[in-house]
Amino acid sequence: MRTPRLFSLLAAGLAVAISINAPAAQKDNFSVCWTIYAGWMPWEYAKAQGIVDKWAKKYDINIDVVQINDYVESINQYTAGQFDGCTMTNMDALTIPAAGGVDSTALVIGDFSNGNDGVVIKGANKTLADLKGMPVNLVELSVSHYLLARGLERADLSEKDLKVVNTSDADMVAAFQTDDVKAVTTWNPLLAEIEATPNVTKVFDSSKIPGEIIDLMVVNSDTLKDNPNFGKALTGAWYEVMATMSADSPEGKAARESMAKASGTDLAGYESQLAATKMFYSASDAVAFANSPKLPATMSKVAEFSFNHGLLGEGAQSAEAVGMSFAKGVSTGDKSNIKLRFDPSYMQMAADNSL
Amino acid sequence: MRLINRHPDRAGRLMLVLLPFALLLFAYFVGSANRLAENANDKLLPSATQMVAAVDRLAFTEDKRSGNYLFWQDTLSSLKRLGMGLGIAALVGLCLGMAAGTLPLLSAPLSPLLTVLSMVPPLAILPILFIVFGLGELSKVMLIVIGITPVLARDLEQRAREIPTELLIKAQTLGANTWTLMLRVVLPHLLPRLLIALRLVLGSAWLFLIAAEAIASTDGLGYRIFLVRRYLAMDVIVPYVIWITLLAWLMDLGLRQVARLAFPWYEGAKA
Repeated sequence: MRTPRLFSLLAAGLAVAISINAPAAQKDNFSVCWTIYAGWMPWEYAKAQGIVDKWAKKYDINIDVVQINDYVESINQYTAGQFDGCTMTNMDALTIPAAGGVDSTALVIGDFSNGNDGVVIKGANKTLADLKGMPVNLVELSVSHYLLARGLERADLSEKDLKVVNTSDADMVAAFQTDDVKAVTTWNPLLAEIEATPNVTKVFDSSKIPGEIIDLMVVNSDTLKDNPNFGKALTGAWYEVMATMSADSPEGKAARESMAKASGTDLAGYESQLAATKMFYSASDAVAFANSPKLPATMSKVAEFSFNHGLLGEGAQSAEAVGMSFAKGVSTGDKSNIKLRFDPSYMQMAADNSL
Repeated sequence: MRLINRHPDRAGRLMLVLLPFALLLFAYFVGSANRLAENANDKLLPSATQMVAAVDRLAFTEDKRSGNYLFWQDTLSSLKRLGMGLGIAALVGLCLGMAAGTLPLLSAPLSPLLTVLSMVPPLAILPILFIVFGLGELSKVMLIVIGITPVLARDLEQRAREIPTELLIKAQTLGANTWTLMLRVVLPHLLPRLLIALRLVLGSAWLFLIAAEAIASTDGLGYRIFLVRRYLAMDVIVPYVIWITLLAWLMDLGLRQVARLAFPWYEGAKA
């Protein structure tokens, strides 16, 4: 019989192949991923214009910036270890990598949604209270869901008072045209498209909860600790693009125009999305946001929502299960299990021009 | 002895059948143990214990919010949609295939149409389906129906054409009119073939079901998988995938048994 020997040979080979992918501490090649969203288009520009390459070269490393078409998949890939960093919101950073035990650091706080996410009901002059008893289509367990929950709190309603229907973001606009759909919660550019439908009311949006839906560049904490140059290069590239795109100059306009094109809209469309996004163009603004006591309070609220919806995993006994650390030594949750770190030190370097 | 003439004995055969499955399982659990040793909270490749806990939670514990047993509720709604989709598709496909395969006057308008329709990828025209059928249960069943009916109809049309002309002529000399001919000669010939065709499109039917549930839904096996993917709960996804595979395999087996019991002559005719 030859099979048993073949079996053990194959098994040994597999075991070796699988155990090879142990993480290397010091390295020169990095890759980060991003997905299309108004506040993340600067990464596209930074790559296309060679700005990331320029900064990476300055620190003698390589950084590959990869665009992923599916947002959740990009975070999953990052969590699985395929990327050293990825763009994501504060809530997803907590519930996917951090709850999955991947110690992550919010390297760059890019912006917060200031109207980019909203709740829309069919019919004129509706209010939040009209949501009672309605089906609401949204991407379940996403920031939309969080926004809706925060809105319902204001109207003294709870999720039990309505029916949440999970709907893919790719089909949201088409779904809104059907009679079954009475109300949706979604983000831009879909929100703009849906609001443009006649006879609808936007009853709530993220400008009513400013600073709670935050868009970040999240990197693996261990990789960052062993390779501070990786963090410096990324931060440097980001704030160079920020300076260019916020300038009221022909170069600034050209930068915004190229980002608009890459996100599938025109300059006017992109600028209206930017108007609903509070970009931190200057590093010192972002540092101030990271230093404010509001951030830990917001993250505790997000952790509470996540725990109530089972997003922290079944092992989690309370909303405190995943620890988070902030500037000035502040931390929340389980201090022995800190998995999400808001570290403004790299943004501080950018603010001090020391990169 | 030449390789082509070497046959495994009984024990060897069983071993060879199990080997690829064992290798897959082994590779999975080695990978899982490795990742978990590095990071005890890793979600990508859950261990057997974690999966058992997830199944226990979903299948044998009441859900805190709705008070339902999610696993069985998901299974029930998915099977209902799948059953309705397959049933409607089988009926429509049989009628269309029989008409196009037997009656030349209907074959002219139907045949090219079915060929063209079967080439349209249903997932690419989803927005149109939403507007026509809405977002409720109907659209999920219709996605399955639209996806597999043309394939069934085309297959049955071909089989109807393969019925020996002698049989049709003989029936006519015995006085059968078109209606009798279709009911007594063509239909019995096509029924076992329909079951075989259904077995072949089961895979596509599941695909369309899961796609439909991923788009807009409040329950179902596909819904749950796409929902928990949001936080990478592979401890739920892996058992669900195994369950779907098992259900699909059982359905395939069931259809084969029905074909064997109801149409024993069909297997015999082939041999």
